[in-house]
Amino acid sequence: MSPNLTVVGQSVDRSDRIGHVTGRTQFTADRTFPGMLHLRMVRSPVHHARINGIDMSAAERVPGFVRALTAADVPHNRYTILSLIGVEPEEEFVLAEERVRFKGEAIVAIVAETEAAALEAVARVRLDLEELPAVFDVEEALLPDAPIVTHWGNNTFMYEGHPCRRVRLGDVDAAFAQADHIVEGVYNTSPIEQAPIETTGCIAVPEANGRYTVYTNTQALYFSLDNTAIILQLPGNRLHFLGGTVGGGFGGKVDVIVEPIATLAAMKTNRPVRFVYSRSEEMQVSSTRSAWRIYVRDGVMNDGRIIARKVTSYADSGAYSRQTPYSLTKHAANVAGPYAIPNVSIDAYCVYTNRQPSSAMRGFGVTMGSFAIEVQMDKIAEVVGVDPWTIRFLNAYRNGDTRPHRKLAEDATLIETMQAAAALVGHDLPDAFRSMTSAPRGDSETGGR
Amino acid sequence: MASSIVAFELGDREVEVVVRPLTTLQSVLRNQVGAMATKEGCRQGGCGSCTVLVDGEPMLSCLLPVEDVAGRRVTSVESITPPEGLHPIQEAFVEGNAFQCGYCTPGMVMVAKALLDHEPDPTHEMIAEALIGNVCRCTGYQPIIAAIGAAAGALQGSKRAPER
Repeated sequence: MSPNLTVVGQSVDRSDRIGHVTGRTQFTADRTFPGMLHLRMVRSPVHHARINGIDMSAAERVPGFVRALTAADVPHNRYTILSLIGVEPEEEFVLAEERVRFKGEAIVAIVAETEAAALEAVARVRLDLEELPAVFDVEEALLPDAPIVTHWGNNTFMYEGHPCRRVRLGDVDAAFAQADHIVEGVYNTSPIEQAPIETTGCIAVPEANGRYTVYTNTQALYFSLDNTAIILQLPGNRLHFLGGTVGGGFGGKVDVIVEPIATLAAMKTNRPVRFVYSRSEEMQVSSTRSAWRIYVRDGVMNDGRIIARKVTSYADSGAYSRQTPYSLTKHAANVAGPYAIPNVSIDAYCVYTNRQPSSAMRGFGVTMGSFAIEVQMDKIAEVVGVDPWTIRFLNAYRNGDTRPHRKLAEDATLIETMQAAAALVGHDLPDAFRSMTSAPRGDSETGGR
Repeated sequence: MASSIVAFELGDREVEVVVRPLTTLQSVLRNQVGAMATKEGCRQGGCGSCTVLVDGEPMLSCLLPVEDVAGRRVTSVESITPPEGLHPIQEAFVEGNAFQCGYCTPGMVMVAKALLDHEPDPTHEMIAEALIGNVCRCTGYQPIIAAIGAAAGALQGSKRAPER
């Protein structure tokens, strides 16, 4: 390492350190503005229902009530966050239209002088809902008679006309026929809430120049700005988003949920509007990490070499897809693991159910795939009678190996990482593994890989 | 029920507020006094980010009706921050990188203050136990425990200094 480096290898003071320990750091909810109004949501009490009517007469009589917003007030009410990168179709509603698809879905936004008045008015909105059958399991959602969550007739996100993201390398069926062992596993994971200590929120402030300043704790400032511009049908230069101070996110603040409706409320009232999630909204309404079900079928030779891997994965997107289609793409690209396997087939489904929507959380679909694959690797080791280190060294990918998605492996470090890990835990590796490297295989070693 | 006037000390400040019944200390600090260092993470006593000291004891200001602190001494992070520089606990948090997002930090600092006021030389277990009601989603707690241990050492050192 060069002795002239001033940052690499050095401990660098964080610019926000004094603010954090003195409590002077200004988080979104620490701001206040004269005349600020408070927004709270009327949410669906059931998982799936048709909306037959909304009666706001009692809510409007609550002292401090300012106004209510429904779907009809939102200029472009149906949107999808990832439309910014070309993902279709628009399928989520800022405020529910006709149907609610998950428990907690926003139906009416109430704006009031105080938070207490807003909550009181929310409690007095009377909903006429006709409950519909709901589905909560990814495979049940794909059955022919399943309740349909989406507006296009089935419960899968469509990837270029296909109901799943597909990756194919070689011929898995031919390889399964030649394998000494077939090892199968099914892996389920639960939804996980990111649970930042600071809940999701923003304050939208109308400015004298016709712009709206939006103070937000989003993790994705320009995603939020651009989606808000689309939803409100405003040129982007009418919106000034200020963020950067986030009290924990972990993927939970990547969606665009609070800013569009708070900004609309500020437009309609010409007053600053604060919309900050309660803890229960953060836990029960905001996106979670998806629940996953992952089926793995491996063809393995007696010496431990994996010659075929077939994976069928289902991610529970919940009622709306948000970032989950992207998670599935990343998942499909990585779920074969950091292993050189000559025959691979992957089908990864993004499935709609009536659960709370899922979205980003640390790893975008790769984390859950790794969980499944690494448990599966231990299982394979047990079947062929080698230890967990051996099965991984035998199959580790190296630079130049073809990965299932056809890109060549580069900067591979699995072998070196395992060697370092073995040294740290005091595990003696056999010489063959100790001398192994991620350098490209010689001609004699390529053996169809 | 009618509003009432409640007076208490906040650090070296006298505070007098008009409140409706059952208004929390957290709400008064943030919405009436403008003391924003005391955070809101859950408003249900679950996260500890609103911890302040009342007569030296750590309390969850989100669950405490402000009437209960009438005539008592409330200490928040603002109260222990010197006009220049930092309190030794804050210094130790900075030195030990005992935070990432910083949202739980004011509550952590107040719990540390209460602990070290009572127990100047705590064990690792005592520090961990003191933090039991405070949630941090970033650090994994170990840097916080280490920083509080370091702060204990620094405070002990400064007390011994005049004897040298």
